[in-house]
Amino acid sequence: MVDIRIPIGLMFSILGILISVFGLVTRSDTEMYQRSLGINVNLIMGVIMLIFGLGMLYFARRKKKV
Amino acid sequence: MKVELTWIDYLIMIIYFLFVLGIGWFLRKFMKNANAFLEAGRSMPAWVAGLAFISTNLGALEVMGMAGSGMKYGMLTTHFYWIGAIPAMIFLALFMMPFYYGSKARSVPEFLKLRYDEKTRGLNAILFAVMTILASGISMYALAILMENILGWDFNLSLWISALIVLGYTYLGGLSSAIYNEVLQFFIIAIGLLPLVFLSLKDVGGWVGLKEQLAPIATSHGFATDTFTTTWRYAGNAGANPLGVEWFGILFGLGFVLSFGYWCTNFLIVQRAFAAESKTAARKVPLIGALPKMFIPFLIIVPGIIAIVLFNDPAKGFTLPLDAGGKPIYDYTIIMLLKQYLPTGVLGLGITALLASFMSGMAGNVSAFNTVWTYDIYQSYMRPATQDEEADGKHYLKVGRYSTVVGIFLSIGAAYIASKFGNIMDFLQTIFSLINAPLFAVIFLGMFWKRTTGHAAFTGLLAGFLLALLHHGLTIPEGATTLIKGGWIAALHTYPVEMAQNFWTAIIAFTASTTITVGLTFMTKQKKSDTELYGLVYSLTPRELDDSHLPWYERPAGLAILVGVISIVLTIIFW
Repeated sequence: MVDIRIPIGLMFSILGILISVFGLVTRSDTEMYQRSLGINVNLIMGVIMLIFGLGMLYFARRKKKV
Repeated sequence: MKVELTWIDYLIMIIYFLFVLGIGWFLRKFMKNANAFLEAGRSMPAWVAGLAFISTNLGALEVMGMAGSGMKYGMLTTHFYWIGAIPAMIFLALFMMPFYYGSKARSVPEFLKLRYDEKTRGLNAILFAVMTILASGISMYALAILMENILGWDFNLSLWISALIVLGYTYLGGLSSAIYNEVLQFFIIAIGLLPLVFLSLKDVGGWVGLKEQLAPIATSHGFATDTFTTTWRYAGNAGANPLGVEWFGILFGLGFVLSFGYWCTNFLIVQRAFAAESKTAARKVPLIGALPKMFIPFLIIVPGIIAIVLFNDPAKGFTLPLDAGGKPIYDYTIIMLLKQYLPTGVLGLGITALLASFMSGMAGNVSAFNTVWTYDIYQSYMRPATQDEEADGKHYLKVGRYSTVVGIFLSIGAAYIASKFGNIMDFLQTIFSLINAPLFAVIFLGMFWKRTTGHAAFTGLLAGFLLALLHHGLTIPEGATTLIKGGWIAALHTYPVEMAQNFWTAIIAFTASTTITVGLTFMTKQKKSDTELYGLVYSLTPRELDDSHLPWYERPAGLAILVGVISIVLTIIFW
C-alpha cells in the first residue's frame, strides 16, 4: 500500500530541521533555557529527530531497491 | 499556572496535524470495500501492527494517568506494566492468537458467535459499542479540559478540532489510516517526552539523587525509605506500600484477572493483531508491542516519581492545580512537568505528544466501534449479507464510513455529558469495564475446552457482570464521599483503597463467571459439532507451527522468551 516509514521519516526530518534551526538561533537566550537547566534542548532534540527521520527514510529507500 | 506557547510550538502542532491528515488522504483511494476499510485488508506487517497495538493503549488517559500514578505510588506503578501487561501479552500471542486469527473472525464479538452462539455475540457487541463511545468521550473531555486549564485554549474549540482531525483520517483511510497514524504517534509520544525524562532526572541528581531525596518523604508518610523506588519489596503487606494492596491482589487481581481481561479480549487492542498479514505476523504483534511497553514506565512513570520530589521542595516552584476538595489533581502531573522543564520549541513537541496520545486512543476506539457496529450489529440484525459479495463490500464500506462519523459525534456528545455530569460518566465507565473479566473467562474456556456450550457462556458472561456490579454496589473504598465509588446498594465492606476494591471486583467477576460457565456446561448440551469448532478450540486444531525456518527472533516463541527475560530482569533490578 504505502511504506509508513516515508511519512514518518519526512515528518521527523522537517520537525528536526525546524527545531534545530530554532535552537541555533536562540542559543544565546540564556533566560529561555534556564528552565531546561541551561541546556539547549531544542538543538539537541532537533538533531536527534533529524537523524531519526533520515534513518527512517534511508531504511524505506533501501527496502524499495531490493 | 498558564503555559505560554509561541509560534514555533503551534507550527510543530500544525505540521503534525498535516501529516496525520495527509496519511488518511493518501490511503483513501485504497478503501474499495468494507474489508479494506474495517480490517485493513489483513495486510499489515507485524512491526507496524505491533507498534499500533501499543500506541492504541497509550491514549491520553494512560499517559496522564500513569504519570499521576507515578506521583502517587512511585515505582509500584510499574506493576501495571511488568506484571500487569507483559504476561497477558505473551499469553495472547502464543496461545490465543492462533484461534482468533485462524477463525477468520473480524471482531471479538464475531469470534463469540463462531464459537458459541448469536446471543453471546449480541450481548458482547452491544456492551462493547457503548463502552468505546464512553471511553472516547471521557478522554476527549479530559484532554479538552486540560488544554483549557493549562494552555488557555477554548474548551469547545480544542474538543471539536481534535475530534474532527481524528474523524478526518479515520473516515478517509479506515483502520489502515488509524494503524499507520498510531505508528507515527508512537514515535512522537516517545520522542516528545524524551527531553522531559532526561532534564527531570538531571535536575534531581540522577537515579541515586532521586532515591536520596525520596527517602525523607517516604519516611514522613510512614513508609520505608526506598518505598517509592522499589516494586515488590514492600508488597507483602498492604499497609506498607502506597498502593495499599498486598502481593496477592497485585499478582492475581492485576497480573491475572484485570490484565488478561484487558489485553486478551479487548477488541480495541486485539483488532490491531487481526489486521496483520499472516498468522505468524499476528502472533508476533503483541510481542513486538510488548518490547516498547516494558520501557514506557521510564518515559512516563519516572517523571511522575520525580514530581514527588519537586512537589515537596518549595524551591523548585512546582505546583499542581487543586480540585474542589483541595486535593492536587494528579492527572495534571505530566503537563505541569512539561511546563517546568521545556522551553518553547520542545514544549510544542511535548504538547504534540499529548495530542498524539489522545488521537491514538480515540482512533482506536472509533475504528473498533465502526467494525463492531457494521459487522456485529448492522450486518447481523439489520441487513444480512447477500450473495453478491462485491455489492456487499461496497454497501458495508458505506455503512462503515457512516458509523465512523456517527461514532465520533456520539463521542463528542459523551464528552459534553462528561463536562456536565462527570461523575455519572466515570460511574458508567467503571460499570462497563466490569465486562472484561467475565469475557476473558468465557473466551478462555471456549478456546481450551471444547465442551463449553453457548448457553453456559452467555449465562456466565451475564452473571459474572451482574455479580461484579453487585460487589461494586455493596463495598466502598475508605473515605469515599460519593456513591459513584461503590456502596450504592449498601456498604457492607470497606476496602482500604479504591485499587483494592477494583482488583477484588474483577477477581469476583472472573471466578463467578468461570464457575457458572463450567457448571452450566455440564447441564447443557453442546450444539456445535467438532467440525464447526475446527480452528476455534485448542484440542480440535492441528498444530501447524511452520516457523522453524525462521531465525529465533522472528519466531513468536523466540520473541516471547526475549520479552519474558527482559521483564524479569527489569523486575529484579527494581525489586
